[in-house]
Amino acid sequence: MKLVIENLNGERSGQPIFSSLNFSLEEGQALVVTGSNGSGKSTLLRVIAGLLNASDGSVLLIDSGQDEGVSPPHEYMHYLGHQNALKLALSVEENLNFWQEFCGIPLIGISEALVKVGLPGIEHLPAAYLSAGQKRRVSIAKLLVSYKPIWVVDEPTSALDKASEVLFAKLIEEHLSSGGMVIAATHQSLGIDSDNNEQIKTLNLDKNRLSSKEQLVD
Amino acid sequence: MTDVTTKSVGFWAWFWDLANPTRFLAVASWLIPVLAIITVTLLGIGLYLGFSAPQDYQQGATVQIMFIHVPSSWIAMMCYSVMSVSALGSLVWRHPLADVSIRAAAPIGAAFTFLALLTGSLWGKPMWGTWWVWDARLTSVLILFIIYMGLIALSRAIEEPITAARSLAIITLIGFINIPIIKFSVNWWNTLHQPASVSRLAKPAMDVVFLYPLLTMALAYTTLFFTLHLMAMRNEILRRRIRSMRMSAARRIDTQSASQGN
Amino acid sequence: MMSLLLRDMRLAFRVGGGALTGILFFLVVVTIVPFAVGPDLNLLSKIGPAILWIAALLASLLGLDRLFQQDREDGTLDVIIIQSHSLTAIVFIKCLSHWLANGLPLILATPIFGLFMNMEPLAIAAVLATLIVGTPAITFIGAVGAAATVSLPRGGLLLAVLILPLVIPVLIFGVSATYGAIQDPAPFTSPFLILCALTLFFSVLGPITAGWMLAQSTD
Repeated sequence: MKLVIENLNGERSGQPIFSSLNFSLEEGQALVVTGSNGSGKSTLLRVIAGLLNASDGSVLLIDSGQDEGVSPPHEYMHYLGHQNALKLALSVEENLNFWQEFCGIPLIGISEALVKVGLPGIEHLPAAYLSAGQKRRVSIAKLLVSYKPIWVVDEPTSALDKASEVLFAKLIEEHLSSGGMVIAATHQSLGIDSDNNEQIKTLNLDKNRLSSKEQLVD
Repeated sequence: MTDVTTKSVGFWAWFWDLANPTRFLAVASWLIPVLAIITVTLLGIGLYLGFSAPQDYQQGATVQIMFIHVPSSWIAMMCYSVMSVSALGSLVWRHPLADVSIRAAAPIGAAFTFLALLTGSLWGKPMWGTWWVWDARLTSVLILFIIYMGLIALSRAIEEPITAARSLAIITLIGFINIPIIKFSVNWWNTLHQPASVSRLAKPAMDVVFLYPLLTMALAYTTLFFTLHLMAMRNEILRRRIRSMRMSAARRIDTQSASQGN
Repeated sequence: MMSLLLRDMRLAFRVGGGALTGILFFLVVVTIVPFAVGPDLNLLSKIGPAILWIAALLASLLGLDRLFQQDREDGTLDVIIIQSHSLTAIVFIKCLSHWLANGLPLILATPIFGLFMNMEPLAIAAVLATLIVGTPAITFIGAVGAAATVSLPRGGLLLAVLILPLVIPVLIFGVSATYGAIQDPAPFTSPFLILCALTLFFSVLGPITAGWMLAQSTD
């Protein structure tokens, strides 16, 4: 499986945010999108996840041995946005159960996933009682309970402390080594050693903006 | 004179002592069974007297509904007074149990009001030939019921107990101030229209054979109310404890994982 | 899909007793009417079906503005949209659970309010039947309005303004079917069947349009 982004252009209320993005991700590879505030990290991720229409270009998911893209690619994605997509009135278990059933392809059990994000034995508590970091980790556990090959995560480590960041980096590495892909927008490091790892690509949207301006000047 | 003051000081000290929920639970644990036994006894006597009361020459056997209907509507109003006093206690003296008391009383008050409406309706059907008339008294009780339901909805909508208690207390008091105004305007509205279909019975002086069962039932309902109120308060305190235990459980998981991470 | 239905029902009953507030609103509207028109039982029993229909109409608009808004605010909508389920089906399920949690309890309380209006048992039964058949249409049309106002912070009032003109046909046929059942020359079957048709029609049109609008609303 291969995710191919071709000549992708994104805009927000008519303003071009990024242009002519080309890259591809193989199984086990991750893309870290960096850039200053307002550089369009979230917009890019939402375009990739099919939540926003691209003004030009395409996002294709190509199955191995086939030339045609699987459509639509966002069905193979987990999207973790700024919000946690948790219902505060429901218990942690009810929340995760719902997402597991709704997203399909159950991978590991709820309690196992909660152990992996460092929240063992929290199933019965209403989500409203959790701290911001705990809610974030429960919504990370959402990625674990059902299997999707591509994780699209927007500032996943915001509200997380150092220990939880390390935990999350480990989960990403596990996902990559099992053949998954990760696209992460972040202005902190993900905690993965990206310099020495050729499986981790980096995309700086500030540079993209500069380069497109230069193209305009030329 | 001094005796009275020391006595009242003693009472107030005891009353403030009750503010401690643990102390309250201890008192409630023996007070509830005692009240329950008194209630059951009084209800037994009252119902026996009520059923053995002779039939009314005008209303027949339906008069016996009165023994349930009238105490219910008394308690419905008394409950609102209890809630208003609790609301004052909550806002002025910040007595912690007062919050609990308002919240616990609202569903009980609503239940008694509903009972009053229901039995009134059952009584009215043979009397007026219809289940409901927009008579001043019935209408006022219906509005009281709506106020109770509104308070219940409010107490359910706000999860944080302290915020909920404050809003609940203020709305309860506004309702209390408003009730005479509502009562007056409903009376005025009703006499303005004077519906023709209602034939009201002349009120004869009540015979002793009706008065005794009625008073017994009224007493039984009063103790019933306080039994239920204490039980509901106990439940509310326990519910709050569970809530704070769950919140601290959530915090504890964090500190545990932090200590493991380091 | 079943999990979505169950979750929404659970949420509806857990958060502040939404169904209770709806019934209460219904009760208040019904209670207010005699103060305006006077306590004349004959008059009330005559206008009773109309009052119950208007009250039910207003009560079923309550909470519709939150149909998608809550999911949008906490990020649930984003995750729901990108999954493989059809958005039309999702909207249909959400409407269904909203109606089951808010509309149905309201309708089940109608007989009591019918007694307040001094209505005959037959009239009450007619109101009950027409409400059961007609109110889902209000929810389905309302879903379109809810999807249109999903990104607005105070969409509730706008939703009512948008939706009320659109549900006029439902009100017309609902009330005329009710009067058809109790007054002799007026027909019952034909307005009742038109009411059924309206509900079936909007159960298709509403979710399709609302789903399409939700897909566009994600920026």
